[in-house]
Amino acid sequence: MAREGKPIARRIDLIAALKEAALAALVAFGLFVLLIGFRTDPGPTGALVLSTRFGALAAIVAAVFLLALLRALVWQQAAAPIERMVPASLKAALSRAAPYATAAFVGFALIVPIIFYDNRYLLDLGIVIATYAMLGFGLNIVVGLAGLLNLGYAAFYAIGAYSYALIALTFGLSFWICLPLGGVLAALTGIILGFPVLRLRGDYLAIVTLGFGEIIRLILLNWQTLTGGPNGISGIPRPSFFGLPFNSADNGFAATFGLPYSPTHRVVFLYYVILALALITVWVTLRLRRLPIGRAWEALREDEIACRALGINTTMTKLTAFAIGAMFGGFAGAFFATRQGFISPESFTFGESALVLAIVVLGGMGSQLGVAVAAAVMLGGFEFFREFEQYRMLVFGAAMVAIVIYRPRGLVATRKPSVLLRARKIVPAAIVQDARSGSPA
Amino acid sequence: MSADIVLTVEHVAMRFGGLLAVNDLSFVAREREITALIGPNGAGKTTVFNCITGFYKPTVGRLQLVHRGGASFLLERLPEFRIAREARVARTFQNVRLFAGMTLLENLLVAQHNALMVASGFTVLGLFGSRAYDRAEAAAIDKARYWLDRVGLAERADDPAGALPYGAQRRLEIVRAMCTDPVLLCLDEPAAGLNNRESAELNAFLHAIRDEHAISILLIEHDMGVVMEISDHIVVLDYGEKIADGAPQQVRNDAKVIAAYLGVADEEVESVEAEVAR
Repeated sequence: MAREGKPIARRIDLIAALKEAALAALVAFGLFVLLIGFRTDPGPTGALVLSTRFGALAAIVAAVFLLALLRALVWQQAAAPIERMVPASLKAALSRAAPYATAAFVGFALIVPIIFYDNRYLLDLGIVIATYAMLGFGLNIVVGLAGLLNLGYAAFYAIGAYSYALIALTFGLSFWICLPLGGVLAALTGIILGFPVLRLRGDYLAIVTLGFGEIIRLILLNWQTLTGGPNGISGIPRPSFFGLPFNSADNGFAATFGLPYSPTHRVVFLYYVILALALITVWVTLRLRRLPIGRAWEALREDEIACRALGINTTMTKLTAFAIGAMFGGFAGAFFATRQGFISPESFTFGESALVLAIVVLGGMGSQLGVAVAAAVMLGGFEFFREFEQYRMLVFGAAMVAIVIYRPRGLVATRKPSVLLRARKIVPAAIVQDARSGSPA
Repeated sequence: MSADIVLTVEHVAMRFGGLLAVNDLSFVAREREITALIGPNGAGKTTVFNCITGFYKPTVGRLQLVHRGGASFLLERLPEFRIAREARVARTFQNVRLFAGMTLLENLLVAQHNALMVASGFTVLGLFGSRAYDRAEAAAIDKARYWLDRVGLAERADDPAGALPYGAQRRLEIVRAMCTDPVLLCLDEPAAGLNNRESAELNAFLHAIRDEHAISILLIEHDMGVVMEISDHIVVLDYGEKIADGAPQQVRNDAKVIAAYLGVADEEVESVEAEVAR
């Protein structure tokens, strides 16, 4: 912007601010005139009756006008993005706290069941957050590291879940055997899909993966003999504590350890299982980043042509990223199946893929902590706003817009080098390529 | 100087639809020599480069690369990553292609990907921590440090490559190519955008790596000062055809080369055209 070069303190340009506010009010009027200005109600005879609510419309337009005016005036004064309005001391404190943030986050996650042992609702929420965090970590390998935009990640989640359910029900195998199988089958599917489509890049790859996600969902919906179609699969075996079922029987977990039976045992166990799975995903990702394959993924995101000129087999490299990402999605799916005890295609819609992608994008591509925080904030936020159901999407949308404006590269946008010759440094976000910017041809 | 042939280009033609970008081009690049490919804009130099490095497949012709050990590769039959990995042809790009968000050190480690991949047991052993991989990585870092020292960038090893000034980015791209242990190093306009001092340093550096690391260099260059000074052998292209081939002195005085570069007086056009068309 042209304003940026000028000194901070300067005359308030009221006319320009008024113009900006008037424009915002006009847009608001255009948007809301039909949505809020008019309303149809069922009349006494059953026919719809048109009523007007011009008062509410005027109030909203006026509110938008005032807010836009205020924003324009503050903007003129500050002449800087919000980021620069944060005081330097706070920034310094934050960057000093950053290394401990991860430890604090993991530590808190570990003691959640102890603190909230009596709160079944919060434990369940914790499990959901950890599941999505794990999905986010898995997708982060594909999108954040390798820069391959995948809009059909829920397909791998679904394959993991259905593999687990079908194998456990058909062959009666235990959770600890079915879980890896679910991951392996999802990875295989990733490879099968990857072979033909990974020569595509950027938007084209995104569209194909989007289609793939829908294809898998439709197969699950229509292959009635195998998947039960829209009825899904129920009665999926619950996990046992290394052979000890969580029930009130004499050979159950509670009786064996001499504890009074409580259904919370299973919830706590499930919580630790998914937490362990999520932490394993993080550990593997961090290890992989330091290995040649991880560096090749990041190099691929930065410049594919240069990779080929350096003798890197880009097809294989992309395929491993795709397969490993799919594998973690499959693990999460298997866990989901055993936790719910019931799965149906409804759980694996495009909305799931979008949610996981939103977690990755908001968290900051390639950042583990960012993804974990984003998962907690988004799913926690969903729960928090459950009472205000009809405004939930409104807040979600506003939050998305705010993030895109103020932190376009996610909450944690800096990149830590995988190896250092000397000092500890991070790469500013502006330099790092991401899936959205695509590879230059 | 040794006269063993490293690269043989035979009757190569490259056609893009109706455009014949390179027509019946044959030349050789000899071991431990700097061969320059020059010509006016649009003469097809970069197309030839892309054919040699496998980014294009020539419509007709043969490209043979021979290693000192006797191994021989037909480049037109290999995909580009195998040309870099097996035939050991490394290249740089006209518009620098670095991994901008990664550090200098990481850039040079990516260049050693294939060796490190084997050392990490194709990721499996490396994932669980193996001594052999740690040693291989340490050796790779040493090699990267050596090359960074060579171009005076060791101080900035942990900075993102995108933050370097342009001249330094060009140097980094060259040493990144060197980290692949090439037999033939192809440089696409290495001196473009460099000032006089930088380009003099580049000349000295190219001579040094040719002599110390016993590699052959093939380069495209516009700057005649650079070309005449560093090349052992020059191939001149114009409109996709070779118009001259020889030592710098010989090429410098070639009538067709002068005509291609400087243009000719009207009365000479016909005689030169006749000569070019032959």
